[in-house]
Amino acid sequence: MATLQQARNLSRAKMAPSTEAARLELLESYIVHHEDLARCAQLSLEWLARHAGIRRSMCVVAEREEGRLIGLASYGLPTDEVALFSWPLSDPRDPLAAVVSASGPTVLRSGRANQDVGRPMPVTPLGAGQIMAIPLRGRGTDDFAVGLLLLRPAAESAADVGWLATVLGQKLEQLRGRGSLGDEVRTLRRERSLLFTIINAVTDPILLTDTEGRLIVANARAEKLFAAGEEESEGRRRAVELNNMLFSAALSRSAVEGPSEARELLLVDPSEGSDLLFEVLSSTVESPREGTGIVSVLRNITDLRRATEQIEENYQRLRILEAAARAERDRLNLIIDSVADPIIVTDPVGATVLMNAPAEELFTVPAAALEAAERSVQANDAHFSSFISGLLLGEEGPGATRRGEIGLVNPETSETIPVEAIAGKVASDTGELTAVVTILHDRREALERARLYEQVKLASDELQVRVQAATAELATQNELLRRQAIELEQASRLKSQFLANMSHEFRTPLNAILGYTHMLLQGVSGELSAPVRRQLQRIDSNGRHLLTIINEILDITRIEAGKMPIQLSEFNVNEIVPEVMAELDAVIARSKLIITPKLAADAPPMRSDRQKVKQIVLNLLTNALKFTHQGGIEITIRYEPEARAVSIAVTDTGIGIAQEHHERIFEDFRQVDDSPSRQYGGTGLGLAISRRLASALGGRITIRSSLGRGSTFTLTIPMEPLQ
Amino acid sequence: MSHQQGPLILVVDDYEDAREMYAEYLRFCGFRVAEARNGNEALEQAFTLKPNLILMDLSLPGLDGWEATRQLKADERTRHIPVVALTGHALAGASEGAKRAGCDSFVTKPCLPDDLVVEVRRMLEEVKTQDSTLNTQNQ
Repeated sequence: MATLQQARNLSRAKMAPSTEAARLELLESYIVHHEDLARCAQLSLEWLARHAGIRRSMCVVAEREEGRLIGLASYGLPTDEVALFSWPLSDPRDPLAAVVSASGPTVLRSGRANQDVGRPMPVTPLGAGQIMAIPLRGRGTDDFAVGLLLLRPAAESAADVGWLATVLGQKLEQLRGRGSLGDEVRTLRRERSLLFTIINAVTDPILLTDTEGRLIVANARAEKLFAAGEEESEGRRRAVELNNMLFSAALSRSAVEGPSEARELLLVDPSEGSDLLFEVLSSTVESPREGTGIVSVLRNITDLRRATEQIEENYQRLRILEAAARAERDRLNLIIDSVADPIIVTDPVGATVLMNAPAEELFTVPAAALEAAERSVQANDAHFSSFISGLLLGEEGPGATRRGEIGLVNPETSETIPVEAIAGKVASDTGELTAVVTILHDRREALERARLYEQVKLASDELQVRVQAATAELATQNELLRRQAIELEQASRLKSQFLANMSHEFRTPLNAILGYTHMLLQGVSGELSAPVRRQLQRIDSNGRHLLTIINEILDITRIEAGKMPIQLSEFNVNEIVPEVMAELDAVIARSKLIITPKLAADAPPMRSDRQKVKQIVLNLLTNALKFTHQGGIEITIRYEPEARAVSIAVTDTGIGIAQEHHERIFEDFRQVDDSPSRQYGGTGLGLAISRRLASALGGRITIRSSLGRGSTFTLTIPMEPLQ
Repeated sequence: MSHQQGPLILVVDDYEDAREMYAEYLRFCGFRVAEARNGNEALEQAFTLKPNLILMDLSLPGLDGWEATRQLKADERTRHIPVVALTGHALAGASEGAKRAGCDSFVTKPCLPDDLVVEVRRMLEEVKTQDSTLNTQNQ
């Protein structure tokens, strides 16, 4: 109670009420744990963290008898390092040792673990950098402090720190007075230290976690995997973070699935970055003081796994190779069997090792064997053996082949098979003869093919001879045709010449007939009686008709002989009609028909053969007059600017022409009725000539007519001659 | 009287019927007529008689009408006499051949005597007009 009172007095001096409450709280905890030195120190450091913001701190006790500083409690530092901390006081130059006898706080530069102890720089679990060392003193006047408070950051020197140093110093002095306690602590510490040493010596990482997965204790191996200070590299810190996550996940899985079984955990080596495979053995431990915890031992099975995988892989590869080898063998068997030629493999002494199916047919006795078949097989064997022995006895080395012909017999059909045998020696790597492979080739097919080839060749030769003969014949025929064509041309020319001559010969007497008739009618020989005059007129009109016929024949001849030149001139198509009508004036007057010309006033001058256009129109009008007995005739001229043509249509009210005769009437010497007793005169050449003339001018004649309804013949010719 | 006064026409044709027919009709129409049966006779007659006009059939035995015309037209004495060609050859080119030979006119047979007389009168008229023109120019 007194202690609490003292503490209160001490604190009351100048503190704010809230600070006071905080301090009071610490002092009360001192009273609660008044016998536990380490606990009090631990609470003090936690208090400092809470109220003074000191993130890392450590409390050490000065053991005067042993001449060492020993770790008592820590905050924000690895627990085991503090527990194992032990620093000699023998060297008065040592900065830490100096602080023990110093009167107030000292700022020191601290080193890192693993550095030379001989250097004047204390090595503490606080890590490298500046730290603040505060001597803890009791009420006594002793020069030496009972302990040290090491803080980081070093700059911290708030009032709370000073106050805490004082109360903690007094508490340390008070408790250290009880020697037995100190001994007990030392014994415990030694055992603990031994335990840590043992745990750390284990090469497998060992961890103790609470049920929530928080780390309580880890050995050195585990810390490499699961702990990293702020000064560590970024990569390393990240690896550690990842490992912690993986490990917690593994623990929580084991909590769900049951802890007893070993399970695998893949972690990252923070220093190497490589994968590490561990087998985790977790077991739950119950401690009355600490509660339930989980001890996990991680066994590195990375190499083991790698080896297992290697074995597995090799095994797989072996299986693949085995399968490939089997497939290869099967394939070879299949190939050998599917070869149509017999294949036989014999060993060096001539014994058969392997045969394919075709070979078996020749060299094995069939199941239902007849005597003849057996004899055939024996004969085949004998032939084959003598062939092989020839090769085996020969001096030739490996790779040598022997060819030969053997006469074999098909055991089933007793048919003789001429066979070409090709045998080759197969040698091992060492050059030793291991086998002889013989392929037998049935020559029947080749012989048959040769025979067929001969036949085909014969046929081909024969064919060639025939083709040549045919070609020659064709050439002869061509020549004949050519000559015929020439002859035909000559004949055609002769015909034209003949007709021209004939027409001349016709004209000469006709000239005399017509002339004398005319003269008589003119009264050259005196007055004529009426009957004589009528008779002379008959002679005259028949003579004229004959002349027309001769003239038309001459026209056709000229056109066919190409001796009808086109004489182009410019004229108006309308002029043609009156001229034609004037020429036929006598006929028109006799016919008593009404002729109506319908001219095209808009027609511009055209360029064509005027004489021939006129001749065509004359023909058409003559025909219309001839075949029309009543009614009238219209001659209609139309100018067709789109077609660049004119049309001259002659429409009559005559007898008309049936549809089936529309083409026929344009043929030479044709009339609809061309019987000897026909009603209408004429040569039947008029339309044939007209159509030829029209086409020579680039035009055409069309007909529109039906029987009894009159006809319209239309001549269409271009305004300009066609090229 | 008129027979003696009419112009003299030389009719050249180897075909007697035609020649005599034309001759008879020409006489009937008031012309004087001389006849020749071939080219040589035609030349002879022409040089001797100096006719006013010659009717010349072109296809003649021996010296033909074309050749005879060429010679007449080449000769100073007969060059001025008009020659009317008569031919049964109606093929194209016949009239061109006659023109080239020197014929002044061309008539295709068959030709009615009446038509021939029309052509003869036309030609004589043409020559008279030319002569009077020439005479006028000469005066």
